[in-house]
Formats: sequence, structure tokens, C-alpha cells
Amino acid sequence: MANDLNPAVLTGRHLTRRHLIAGIAGGAVAFSVARPALALDVESAKVLIGALVKDINGIINSGASETAMYAQFEQVFIKYADVPIIAQSALGVAARAASAGQMKGFTAAFQGYISRKYGSRFREFIGGQIEVVDAKQVKSFYEVISTAYLKGQSPFEVRWQVSDKSGHDKFFNMIIEGVNMVATERTEIGALLDQRGGDLDQLIVDLKGLG
Amino acid sequence: MFVVQKSHLAALTAVLSLLTMAACTGDPGTAAFNDPYEAQNRAVHRLNSGVDRVFLRPTSQVYESGLPKPVQQGISNFSDNFETPGMMVNNLLQGDVEHLVENTFRFVINTTVGIGGVMDAADAIGMGRRSTDFGETLHVWGVQEGAYLELPFYGPSTERDAAGLLVDFALDPLGYVLPKPEKYLGTITKLASKVGDRGRYSDTVDSILYESADSYAQARILYLQNRRFELGQEVPSDTFDPYEDPYGQ
Repeated sequence: MANDLNPAVLTGRHLTRRHLIAGIAGGAVAFSVARPALALDVESAKVLIGALVKDINGIINSGASETAMYAQFEQVFIKYADVPIIAQSALGVAARAASAGQMKGFTAAFQGYISRKYGSRFREFIGGQIEVVDAKQVKSFYEVISTAYLKGQSPFEVRWQVSDKSGHDKFFNMIIEGVNMVATERTEIGALLDQRGGDLDQLIVDLKGLG
Repeated sequence: MFVVQKSHLAALTAVLSLLTMAACTGDPGTAAFNDPYEAQNRAVHRLNSGVDRVFLRPTSQVYESGLPKPVQQGISNFSDNFETPGMMVNNLLQGDVEHLVENTFRFVINTTVGIGGVMDAADAIGMGRRSTDFGETLHVWGVQEGAYLELPFYGPSTERDAAGLLVDFALDPLGYVLPKPEKYLGTITKLASKVGDRGRYSDTVDSILYESADSYAQARILYLQNRRFELGQEVPSDTFDPYEDPYGQ
């Protein structure tokens, strides 16, 4: 029986040693390039989304006006989401041909658009509550699973995908009962762009009035 | 009797042809959707949007504002309860004993304590709704999703789900045991509860149908994503890492 435990003990020891080395190496890197002190893991991803849902719960139960809520949602979005990567993924292949200036303009317009659009969806959450239930690693990122409890509705699942590859711990996608925000927005942004004959500058102007 | 058999035969033929279609049009695999009938589907979508605009949306507004909330809830509960025996048959066909037991329990409790299903008493004691349908049964049996379909007066579906819908309609266990006109109560309350849902989720439905750039494409992606989630299917876009491929698949 003692033999059964051996591999685990060995792995544990091995990991500790490796962590120690990684820690020293990491410390050296942090010293030189001011890297974030803690790398993202299941726990810190959970903590991040815990803070995010706390902010959302605060807004949907604040009794503020709709317009005030949109502004608050936009602040939450900026604070917790990697807006540039979401905007770029939503624009899809068209982003490849865009200039840096166009991407900057698109990202700014998209940020307002998405805050108004999802802000108005979260309006239906008024009086409700979101709770973080679990987190796991998916490939190179983390997925935090939360449950939304809304008045007069069966509880439903909201998943948040979190990464630190932007240099900060941010979420880059949200999946509500299987409905993937980035995939859905890519369809919508693609249709908007088609309507304008592929004119990204026109889309940037129009996006400010949409959502 | 002859009429019943004939209509069942027609339904069976329709189901078989849909399943054959599903088999031929294949599996979406990694693709977001499989829509070879897009032109016809878009025509149906225009019809459905027109029906919504002139009939369903205005009716749902009257329903929402005219009927007290508890009455609306009662109608919706009754409709759910009426459908539960059909769900139990599907649980059985799927070999899903856990949900079969839960749905049986729900049906017994809600029909008795819940006064014929008007109240969801089982939910109140922590045994919430466990929906299923023959589309899910087909999925469990290994039938592929098939092509995307938008059905007239119904909305988004797939070949597999459309076949399932026909079977569920023919299945209707309470329809066999109840006399007229009680047997129609299920259908009537179901329609009423659909109207109620349209009213309740008015902002969301309006944003999809009337505010999106391509309401057909939005309805398609929303339906397929949510349906695949319900069936527990793996979806590639849900494990997509934009930092590795910034411009998308």
C-alpha cells in the first residue's frame, strides 16, 4: 500500500522543487520587467469573477435608472473584460485588414455598443443574484462557472472565460446557457459590415448609435 | 379510427423523411451551422417575423398586461404538467432513469398537491422542471443534428428536432386517455403559455427580431448554441482561445 502512495509523494516533491526554481526565475523576471506578481490559476480566476459578479449584483439591485446602469455596466466591462481582444474576435477576419487607427476606433465604438446591448439584457436580472460555483482550466485559459438566480425563472448557467495573456487577468468571453457572446457578436458584426459593403469606417460611426 | 391511423401514417412518413434528410445533410462537426436550405429558411423567417409583428407580439402585450401574473404562471404550469407524461416516455426511451423518476414524481405531486398542475408544487420542494423531447431522444440514439430549419409558425429547428416535434405531437399520452374537450387543454394552454413567453421576454425577442442586422442569422446561431448546450454537445467555439488565433477560426 505504501508503494501506491510513492508516485504521489514523488510528484509532490518534484513539483515543490520545480515550483521553487520557477519561483526564483519568476522573481527575477518580475524584478526586471515588472511582470504581474501572481500568475492566473483556477483560484485567482474564481476570485476575479467573484468580484465581477459582486459588482453586477450591486448594479442590478441598486435601483439606479436604466441610463445610469448602462454607464455602470460599461465601467464594469472596462474593468474586468479584455475589450480589445473581444472587439478583435468579434470583427473576425476583417480585423486583419484594418489599420491600427481603425482598430482603435472600432474598439472604442464596440465597447459602448456591447455595454448598452448586454446592459439592457442584464436589466432583466434586476432583483436577481449571480453566484460563482466552480472554475476549471480549459486549454490555456480558465473558465469560471456561475449560476444566475432570477426572479420567477429557473436558475441558469453563465460561464466566464478568463486569461492573463493580455498582461492582466481579464475575461474575454461569456457563455450564457450555451450562447457564446463572441461567436454571436461575430455573426452580428459580420452582418452589420455586410450591410455597409464592408466599409469599416462607416460601421465605426454607426456602431455608436447601436446596441 | 381510420382517420387517426392515416394521420399517424402521414406523421411517420414525415418523420422518416426528415431523419433520412438529417442523415444525408450530415453533422455540423466543427462548423457553426449547416444550412443548405438557407433560401427557403429565410423565406419562412420573413413569414414568421410578419406573423410576430401583426399577431404574436401585439397579442402577447395584451396577455402580459391583461392577465394577472399568478394566472399566467398557472397556465404555464398546467401546460408543463400536461406535457410531463410525454417527457416521461422520452426519459424511458433515453434510458434516463434519474429524470424518469423525477418527472414521474413531479407529475404525481403537481397533479395532486398542485391541483391538476396549476401549481408547481414539486419545484417548491426543490424538484425543478426537467424538460426533454423526442429530438433529445433521437440525439441520445445517435441521430445527427441534420440541417438547420426554420419552421413556419414555429421558428428555429433542425431536421432532427423537427422529426422529434412530430413524434412528440403524435405521442401526447394524455391525449389518448382524456375525453374531449379536456384532451385539448394541453394544446390550448401550451399556445397561451407561448404567447406569455413572448410577452415576458419581449425585450430580448424584439432585440433579436427587430434590432439585429440579420435577424435570421441571429436566430439561427442563438437556437443552435442553446440547443447544443441543452443536449450537452461539445461546441468548438466554447473552447476557442482568441489569444492563439486573434481573427477567429
